[in-house]
Amino acid sequence: MTDAKVQIKNLYKIFGKNPQKVLPLVKNGMSKPDLLDQHGHVLGIENVSLDIPEKQIQVVMGLSGSGKSTLIRHINRLIEPTDGEILIDGENVLKMDEKQLRQVRRTKTAMVFQKFGLLPHRRVHENVAYGLSIQGVDDAKARERANYWIERVGLSGYEEHYPGQLSGGMQQRVGLARALATDPEILLMDEAFSALDPLIRFDMQSILLQLQDELNKTIIFITHDLDEALRLGDNIAILRDGAMIQQGDAQQIVMQPADDYIADFTKDINRAKVIELRALARPVESFAGPTLDGETVLEDALKPLAQAPDQTIGVTKRDGSLGGVVSLTEAIEALHG
Amino acid sequence: MEMFEEFPALGRRPLSEFKQTIDEAFKGFSRAYGEALENFFDPLLKFLVWFEKLLIATPWPIILIIVGGLAWLGSRSVKITVGSVLAFIAIGYLGMWEDTMATLAIISVATLLCIVLGIPIGIFMSRSDRAQAIITPVLDVMQTIPSFVYLIPVVMLLGIGKVPGLLAVCIYAIPPIVRLTNLGIRLVDKDILEAADAFGASPKQKMLGVQIPLALPNIFAGINQTIMMALSMVVIASMIGVKGLGVPVLRAISNQYLALGLMNGLAIVALAIIFDRVSQTYGKRLQAYRKGHGND
Repeated sequence: MTDAKVQIKNLYKIFGKNPQKVLPLVKNGMSKPDLLDQHGHVLGIENVSLDIPEKQIQVVMGLSGSGKSTLIRHINRLIEPTDGEILIDGENVLKMDEKQLRQVRRTKTAMVFQKFGLLPHRRVHENVAYGLSIQGVDDAKARERANYWIERVGLSGYEEHYPGQLSGGMQQRVGLARALATDPEILLMDEAFSALDPLIRFDMQSILLQLQDELNKTIIFITHDLDEALRLGDNIAILRDGAMIQQGDAQQIVMQPADDYIADFTKDINRAKVIELRALARPVESFAGPTLDGETVLEDALKPLAQAPDQTIGVTKRDGSLGGVVSLTEAIEALHG
Repeated sequence: MEMFEEFPALGRRPLSEFKQTIDEAFKGFSRAYGEALENFFDPLLKFLVWFEKLLIATPWPIILIIVGGLAWLGSRSVKITVGSVLAFIAIGYLGMWEDTMATLAIISVATLLCIVLGIPIGIFMSRSDRAQAIITPVLDVMQTIPSFVYLIPVVMLLGIGKVPGLLAVCIYAIPPIVRLTNLGIRLVDKDILEAADAFGASPKQKMLGVQIPLALPNIFAGINQTIMMALSMVVIASMIGVKGLGVPVLRAISNQYLALGLMNGLAIVALAIIFDRVSQTYGKRLQAYRKGHGND
């Protein structure tokens, strides 16, 4: 595991008049409905801890009301927590004064919003250069950087348009370009693609993955869509009612759901396209037959499996060593969950 | 039961003493500070007199060109531009040129003063709920109290003349610009402000780069209202010595000159319509970006 870029430690967020007063109750295990009924406070985040590794995509998933958007706003402190710690590169964000915090927001993090949050009175290139102009980068240089990112997200020719003249998908490309233009280390994406229709959403995911191959940012991506989570996430954390109920990579979430809630989530996904051979590999001493890469999804593995002698195939790890074997029967069983 | 028939009012003696005390106190105040206040407002008076003289001394064709030019710059509409110029020609032809220039002078200066004072007050109000809670009732009073009531102390303090007239106009006309500046800033989309925060904008960068530009259409509606209300004060201001279109109207009232009253009244209306159309179309052009042609 690489070092954690962002660490969230025992985070609590309670909304209401006097959160500190009811915090001990929550820590002693009072449930969200009870807290609301008896004390009129809403439990937003309950004891969430999460280490977010550098240069990977960390997805935080949950249904609406699960606290995921609240959680991501704690990282750049758009929301003040009730209790807990947030470290970026080991530095406690919550101990920073306003100036230090602004510096972090200007240079270290950038955010992409579900509702885009573009400035309607500024043109596309001005929007993309917004973070740079906040930093005080001179206009010519900002314009040049803005144009580069406008081109990278495929919006060349729209520099002089106003956001209101663009479609939703195009507006979010502006949002993405704006976030990338400041060259942040951490990209916070709050349901960034949720407002887009499915085809456009798929496009945007592809753009993000392509850019990520080259940029290697630490990305924290919030979504309520499991397909999106599985496609993008190197790691996935699942929230329910403000509490973390499972974290792991896509294989773990699908193969070993922590509870019925998650199992229910994963029921409708296309398992053949998600489950990879490495998740099924059964360790063996040695294997002489044909092998496949561990990250092959079942859909692509079934045919070679059927043709292999004994209908069993070796699974190699990233470094080329043998990770185990998988049989056709095991693969089919995995498909049915 | 007798006590319910008549309201238990303060007796006549104490009441008149009460009023006298207030009057005396204010008289004392105006004796002590009247001159200082007049000196304080002297630059304003000088500016107003200078501006009025300038407008009257400028040859009329140049004024027509300026009116047409400003109307065009503001509205970019041929109809409004031609209409404005024609209205001024009619005003001049009917012998009201000088009075109109005097009215234009005081309205312009009053509006300018209202903007210079009103927008900062509105911004201040938008940033603090407490300020809003205190200022709102004051604005309510300023808008609803009969103008004659505050003419009394103004005249007591500053006498009769242009400056007290200007103050009276401003007291009545400043509330809309303050209110709409406050409202406009408060109505700015929270999502956009959050984005500005997320990129590390300082409060000043947020105010100048996001809040004020996005509040501009509302601020402009406020300026428009302020101009309209200033114009509606022209007649009352003329009662305390402000020259302009209000003076003949006042004369017409006391002498029952129907035509004179009507003509000057209509000249005020013409000015109002020109100001209104030009400033409104300008306000609309400011938010041209809102009219997208993509999907929304």
